[in-house]
Amino acid sequence: MNFDKDLDARGLNCPLPILRAKKALTDMQSGQVLRIVSTDLGSVKDFQAFCKQTGNELLSQTEASNEYTFFLKRK
Amino acid sequence: MAVERICVVVVSGTRERLQMAAMAASVAAVSGIEVTIFLSMNAVPYFVKGASANPPSEGAFGDLIVTKKAPDFKTLFSQAVELGDAKILPCSMALDIAGIEADTLESYVGEPTGLSGFLDAARGAQVWTF
Repeated sequence: MNFDKDLDARGLNCPLPILRAKKALTDMQSGQVLRIVSTDLGSVKDFQAFCKQTGNELLSQTEASNEYTFFLKRK
Repeated sequence: MAVERICVVVVSGTRERLQMAAMAASVAAVSGIEVTIFLSMNAVPYFVKGASANPPSEGAFGDLIVTKKAPDFKTLFSQAVELGDAKILPCSMALDIAGIEADTLESYVGEPTGLSGFLDAARGAQVWTF
């Protein structure tokens, strides 16, 4: 999947992946896609709730080798 | 139904409570929830400019927060303001009793507020106390 900005949140604990994602999204245009890679176990539920609350779209989430990859489309 | 407004009352001066308050407030704020943080009692002195974010721990977990290098509560509170437009209001009574001038507080802390002002901000909101 194509993306416009990449956020490496590996090694960061809650709530830093969400805070860093919010900061990254602030600098992006509506419709652009942010890729986030996290190792925080809680990030799966966190990004689902974050998108539900903020209106940004969670395009996909995958897990491989204990790394979670999310693609968020900015509202 | 989604929660749209939260008031976080922070009166503790211990690491675990300050940390949990900051985590909850910052995530709520960047999630689009209107967050007002009211600082009083033992929490206030930590928000003087240059004061260390090094409160005493209640238990072993508080020490782990430091050794595992979790982001400190002052950083999280400042990001709640910077990224999520949260408001941090210091209690005017606590400032007075502690002898702290408002202009010595961190730049992200707002105007001193009394209880009437806080109750007005809290009207209709969920209130979480730490």
